Amino acid sequence: MSEVVLDKVRKVYAGGVEAVRGVDIHVPAGAFCVLVGPSGCGKSTLLRMIAGLETITGGECRIGARRVNELEPAERDIAMVFQNYALYPHMSVYDNMAYGLRNRGTPKPEIDERVKEAARILEITPFLDRKPRALSGGQRQRVAMGRAIVRKPQVFLFDEPLSNLDAKLRIQMRVEIKKLQRALAVTSVYVTHDQLEAMTLADVLVVMNKGEVEQTGAPLDIYEKPASTFVASFIGAPPMNLVPVEAGENRPKAEGLTGGLGLAVPPGGAILGVRPEHLMVVTGAVPEDSLGITFPVSAVEAVGAETFVYGPIGGTGQDIIARLPGKALLAPGTPVSVAASAEHLHLFDRQTGKRIGP
Amino acid sequence: MVERQSLFSFLPHVILLIGIFIVAFPVYVAFVASTWDPATISNGQMPLWPGPHLVENYTQTLFQGTAKSSREPVGMMMLNSLIMALTIAIGKIAISIISAFAIVYFRFPFRMAAFWVIFVTLMLPVEVRIYPTYKIVADLGLLDSYLGLTVPLIASATATLLFRQFFMTVPDELVEASKIDGASAMQFFKDTLLPLSITSIAALFVIQFIYGWNQYLWPLLITTRESMGRPDGVADRHGDRRAGHAAAGAGGDPDAAALRQGPGRDREVRQFR
Ligand SMILES: Nc1ncnc2c1ncn2[C@@H]1O[C@H](COP(=O)(O)OP(=O)(O)O)[C@@H](O)[C@H]1O
Ligand SMILES: [Mg+2]
Repeated sequence: MSEVVLDKVRKVYAGGVEAVRGVDIHVPAGAFCVLVGPSGCGKSTLLRMIAGLETITGGECRIGARRVNELEPAERDIAMVFQNYALYPHMSVYDNMAYGLRNRGTPKPEIDERVKEAARILEITPFLDRKPRALSGGQRQRVAMGRAIVRKPQVFLFDEPLSNLDAKLRIQMRVEIKKLQRALAVTSVYVTHDQLEAMTLADVLVVMNKGEVEQTGAPLDIYEKPASTFVASFIGAPPMNLVPVEAGENRPKAEGLTGGLGLAVPPGGAILGVRPEHLMVVTGAVPEDSLGITFPVSAVEAVGAETFVYGPIGGTGQDIIARLPGKALLAPGTPVSVAASAEHLHLFDRQTGKRIGP
Repeated sequence: MVERQSLFSFLPHVILLIGIFIVAFPVYVAFVASTWDPATISNGQMPLWPGPHLVENYTQTLFQGTAKSSREPVGMMMLNSLIMALTIAIGKIAISIISAFAIVYFRFPFRMAAFWVIFVTLMLPVEVRIYPTYKIVADLGLLDSYLGLTVPLIASATATLLFRQFFMTVPDELVEASKIDGASAMQFFKDTLLPLSITSIAALFVIQFIYGWNQYLWPLLITTRESMGRPDGVADRHGDRRAGHAAAGAGGDPDAAALRQGPGRDREVRQFR
């Protein structure tokens, strides 16, 4: 169990693509760190640099107290779970798990003990003699995990390990990975593009965009105080409503908006953010410090436990989404008024998208 | 329904049986011919039933050589062919799988240049480079040796390309998983790549074995003693009118049938071009 530290790490690929542009991340020992971001933002590249599968163009990567930039993958004491599992197709499940230990010259009885122990934890003991092609996706996933845990490495690395599974299995494995990581307390770095997976797994959540870190922190802190419009729209589903606003008298000003007293917008205007789940239907007057939005309903999606209401706001033509609990009886075409209380409002810079308040 | 079903399964069988008969009949006749004495065959009336000289004909052809033409026994020639074909097939596979491994998995200077050089040799089969190759082998003193017979035929661009193609379909993640599992490059080759290539190797082995077995021109050049070159030995035997028909039938059945038509004629064409 060791900490993982990335210090101004950069990656420029041979073709000149700068995939990672100076990333600082500190994963405390035993923590579960999730790198999340849209496809192509450099998450895999970053993970592969920690693994030693890509060279590090600039900066330093440390595992424990060791600088590992120049070390081979095998010398870094890490284990990796790949998206397509990368099991050796010609080896039995047992041999797949034992291979790394054999290469390290672990004594045979110990290999046997460790493989059987891992198989027991992952409930794959009945499949030990099978070849990977005779396993289901979920079982292969477990074998890939088993191959990682038998080694007892300092760090686990996961590159979108659940994305080849169906939705139900994904949730099940997500819970199991979390439990396993807690039980083994091995420092883990996990890459995903799925914000829900990221939110549920992470102790430390790192949101990446275009090769840079947008925000690092505990998942709920990031949810409650996104550092930029990018994070605000990436974390949470459906995404946060972002409305361009002008400066009023100590309040935001835009067509269809009321209230919001005390939320100071700079002279050049700003972007106001409010999450769909923080909007409530109101009938009477909206308190002055709450934000009221009135819009004509254009579509209603009822999914049982909650209802999503869509409608265009002001002159922007942009749709606003409200996530209302239960069955909201709203007909398309009728206007609706919703409101969010002051503590649920976010303000971002119009140019840079960075958070400016409250 | 029952009628139709039996008709439908009956007709294809009839067609298949006719096909088998057409293919197998000449082979059968060749076998029958090998069991009669030369006199019976040369009077032009080919019997359809095996004759009494089976053991005698085969022992003579395989182990003693035909008396009239004072030829080497065919058994020795076939053994030579076997050694040659095996050496070529195994050698080709060993060399080409290693070179494909180097080209696909290592980044060395002039990697692509090396690849294209191998590729270009596809256009230079033995027949094209026969004189310089012969000269080299002769200068090295390898005439009349298995080494001289096989080594110049072992380099194979075809097999290298085939393995390269196959290696490129092996997922990169397997290499990466091996690296993380602490396997060296050669361990990856031995533990992962080789087992995955088994089917390709088996297919190539069959093709290359036949290629080696059917070598005609090269052994003809490189061997001077009768006991060395087999394929031409057999072909000569068929070209040789003095050799009894019985011996011809026995001497390489069923492989000889093909040789009689193919390389026999081929030889003249190649010599006079
Ligand atoms: N081997 C490579 N050579 C050149 N560019 C690459 C290579 N691998 C990835 N890239 C580029 O680097 C960027 C980040 O890729 P990647 O780390 O795979 O993204 P992610 O995993 O976040 O989807 C992408 O723009 C991709 O095109
Ligand atoms: Mg990726």
